[in-house]
Amino acid sequence: MAIKARHKRFILIAIGLALLGLAAMLILNAFQSNMVFFYTPTQVDKGEVPHGTGFRIGGLVVKDSLKRQDDGLTVHFAITDTAKTVPVVYKGVLPDLFKEGKGVVAQGKVGADGIFVASEVLAKHDENYMPPEAAEALKRAQEQGKTVVMPK
Amino acid sequence: MSINWFKYSSPQAFYPLAGKMIPWFALLATIFAIAGLYISFAVAPTDFQQGEAYRIIFVHVPAAWMSMVIYIVMAGWAALGLALNARLSAMMAQALAPTGAIFTLLALVTGSLWGKPMWGAWWVWDARLTSELILLFLYLGFIALQASIDDPRRADRAGALLALVGVVNVPIIYFSVKWWNTLHQGSSINMGAAPKMAATMLMGMLLMALAFWMYTVVVALMRVRCIMLERERASDWVKALSVSAGEKS
Repeated sequence: MAIKARHKRFILIAIGLALLGLAAMLILNAFQSNMVFFYTPTQVDKGEVPHGTGFRIGGLVVKDSLKRQDDGLTVHFAITDTAKTVPVVYKGVLPDLFKEGKGVVAQGKVGADGIFVASEVLAKHDENYMPPEAAEALKRAQEQGKTVVMPK
Repeated sequence: MSINWFKYSSPQAFYPLAGKMIPWFALLATIFAIAGLYISFAVAPTDFQQGEAYRIIFVHVPAAWMSMVIYIVMAGWAALGLALNARLSAMMAQALAPTGAIFTLLALVTGSLWGKPMWGAWWVWDARLTSELILLFLYLGFIALQASIDDPRRADRAGALLALVGVVNVPIIYFSVKWWNTLHQGSSINMGAAPKMAATMLMGMLLMALAFWMYTVVVALMRVRCIMLERERASDWVKALSVSAGEKS
């Protein structure tokens, strides 16, 4: 039985899409290192970051690391990925969601003293949404070493 | 009893059916939108870290979902039109494109309005935002390409190829937050895992998504009816339609 013309066209479209998908996968794989929005402190420590130009560091703000200078604008804090930590200095207004223990992405350069001089600081929030009481309950349970299910 | 679906693949048969479907889908869209807005703005609780500002999620996420869903449906119709040489399939693809583009724009604009107060930036070139912007360009490219070719059959073919090539972008948008580190947060709703949001919040978001979906059906059907009349204006059934409409008025 001969293949019908419209079946042939379906098969051609399917093959075309499969090849296209494969090509896209290979391209994205090749650009893997350029697709990242930020580097982690571990990558900074290993020297896997661009030299001479600016880049972004992302991670969590280390608890109790936030210090404000007397001018009221310059802040010092540290970014961690729980393995390595990078000290950061930034002069400017921090976003509302900037908090110790929360996500942050800073753009800038590493200075001669090893401190990352940020020109822009962005807050990175997570994908959890819940009422404050539920967040409070979760926190309390975690402190007691218990796990609870997400409240309805 | 079996229904002959192919009957409705002819514009002549589909035109009155689409006309009958529009009010029902419009009714559904209205009900879902009222329920969704009520839950989103009156029932859903305040968020623990973003306060009231998170409520833009009830427009942003459904719009972003629809921008991707509509593209896949549009490409599906385009592929059917290409393979079967079916006129109506290509018309459906053409009818869906403007709505898809509008939802993409809505997702980008609401995302920008949300990003400024929360992240501290209107726009960043991370993988999620960039791939969604590419989706907007794909929609606009599809619309422009189809409009620029006078012969409708050739326009349909060219548009279908572009729509199919662009399909690779949809999984890239969806998985961008998983594959690369981005400023955009990950998905709150994942297959095989509990949703990372309170139940009422999730309810509001799903109802809004359903409302957007029904709205899409309504405007796509309205648009496809116009396209059918325009393209088939030389055919007998359109002429008969305009004669009977003239007699009524």
